[in-house]
Amino acid sequence: MKNKDLLNLIDITVSFEGFLALNKLNLNLKKGELRAVIGPNGAGKTTFLDVITGKVKPTKGEVIFKGKSLVGRKEHKIARLGVGRKFQSPRIFENLTVKENLEISVTTPKSPLNLINKSIKDEQLNEIDRLMKIVNLAQKVDSKAGSLSHGQKQWLEIAMLVGQKPDLMLVDEPVAGLTDEETDLTADLLKSFSGENTVVVIDHDMEFIRRLDSNVSVLNQGTVLCEGTMETIQKDKKVIDVYLGRPED
Amino acid sequence: MSLSKIKFDKKIVLSFWIILIALIIAAPTLLPVFRLNLLGRYLSLSIVALGVDLIWGYTGLLSLGQGIFFALGGYCAAMYLQITSSSEFPNNIPEFFALYGVEKLPFFWEPFRSPIFTFLAIWIIPALVAGLIGFLVFRNRIKGVYFSILTQASLLVFFNFFNGQQKLINGTNGLKTDVTQLFGQMVGSESMQRIFFWITAILVIAAWFFAKWVVKGRFGNILIGIRDDEPRVRFTGYNPVIFKTIIFSIAGGLAGISGALYTVQSGIVSPQFMTVPFSIEMVIWVAVGGRGTLLGAILGAVFINYAKSLVSEALPASWMFIQGGLFILVVTALPEGVLGWIQGDGPRNLLQRFGLKRKIETYPSLEVNNKEGNNEK
Repeated sequence: MKNKDLLNLIDITVSFEGFLALNKLNLNLKKGELRAVIGPNGAGKTTFLDVITGKVKPTKGEVIFKGKSLVGRKEHKIARLGVGRKFQSPRIFENLTVKENLEISVTTPKSPLNLINKSIKDEQLNEIDRLMKIVNLAQKVDSKAGSLSHGQKQWLEIAMLVGQKPDLMLVDEPVAGLTDEETDLTADLLKSFSGENTVVVIDHDMEFIRRLDSNVSVLNQGTVLCEGTMETIQKDKKVIDVYLGRPED
Repeated sequence: MSLSKIKFDKKIVLSFWIILIALIIAAPTLLPVFRLNLLGRYLSLSIVALGVDLIWGYTGLLSLGQGIFFALGGYCAAMYLQITSSSEFPNNIPEFFALYGVEKLPFFWEPFRSPIFTFLAIWIIPALVAGLIGFLVFRNRIKGVYFSILTQASLLVFFNFFNGQQKLINGTNGLKTDVTQLFGQMVGSESMQRIFFWITAILVIAAWFFAKWVVKGRFGNILIGIRDDEPRVRFTGYNPVIFKTIIFSIAGGLAGISGALYTVQSGIVSPQFMTVPFSIEMVIWVAVGGRGTLLGAILGAVFINYAKSLVSEALPASWMFIQGGLFILVVTALPEGVLGWIQGDGPRNLLQRFGLKRKIETYPSLEVNNKEGNNEK
């Protein structure tokens, strides 16, 4: 069973000077799974991503990805192992063009020598073309990424994430600030990635999560409160108490 | 709009090259040797400025310690010249050693008897020192203002060390080169200075091409990425430490070449090359010329230094005020520097402000407005 899992988080505890951002968090992801993670503000959603990507070192616990421990590895090494991340607010390189942004993400190997010596491979150029079509940015190839609209920036970052060809995609609030239409398109896009890739989506937009139609993990106070389909968690009393039952803010 | 902009940039670059090459060819006949020598010195300074532009303009590393590498290059060149011209002095070693009772050439200067070694050492030693300092600093994720302070502190360490080492490098007096011999000619002679001018002019162009090659394409894009959002670069799978170390090392090597050329044209290298103001001036040249433009670094270094010498001749002691004012002007009014301002539609905006040119609605701004309109729905 364990071997089939792509990612295991075992008893992860993160303490920021006494404050427990994560408290004995356990979470397992199967290969090809699409998983939504929700939880109220301060539940530890972003810290959870920080632990996987190596930005934060857990005080206790173990992160196993493809059978290897990620704890103590540098961020870029973890990324090369196949963990890709999309940030909460779109983080793209605004002074570079759309194409240059995607070049950075699809280039392999990511060594200085390869970058300075060789021109980009044809298959990588084809991959960029494909990505730009998927996210509807084909007309924007040579525009500065900074001139894109908010929604386009979100999508460019998703395209950059896909271009990295990660086995595990961690997507933090991909629909913040998007229109309803864009939100729906994003949900479909993320769904289409699962199966081949394993995708973790963090958000608190309920409609969006429902549309993902996936298993949901509810985080609260740094630990997993409940796991299951949307229907199951909506009926769970603990979840209703801490999260769903509250009036919408 | 982007098309016309590219053409515009090309026009600037092309006209710059024509003017530059014409000037270089004409300079030795037009200018008296004194002025030619000054121009040669300022051109050599533009090489260190190119390095500053690479690390600061592109990669966002504001180093206030480039003087270290500049001086190292200068010392390498000067010691070679001193050693090769020391045959009539006691023990066949440079004259100053006798003052401090040193009878044997210190071991680390031995390889500098070889011209080839010296030629390589001028840029490799500063590049290695820069690489080492850079690696230690970058590996510990020291960034921003802490990096600047650290480089300035290193500069002071080197400055004080060089000042105190009479027996090794003639301490605070430095090493003179103008009365040394190179290929049977006096280094300070007119004909040699003319040759140095040519060498400098060629090396400036070579350094510009080299820097251009470094920043073009994906390598340069990663540098810009590190400047704008380093963690993002890291999460994409690149190790910024290596990229920063490489570019800092390249800037160090360029500083070394620059220092060597400056030394042979000014006639002396001394710890004065490692004073704090001088390294800050290098940053000012780039800031005024235009960060991240390469050409701006060259123009900034040459024009500011030329202005400095002209102003100092006319109104001694007023230059510091002018330089300070220039820096404040650039920081407040032209944050992109003069060249960045020209490239970024600055002149048109200025004309618009005075009502001399009609404001035109450009295609991207129209579209951006539309998109924002959509989002608000």
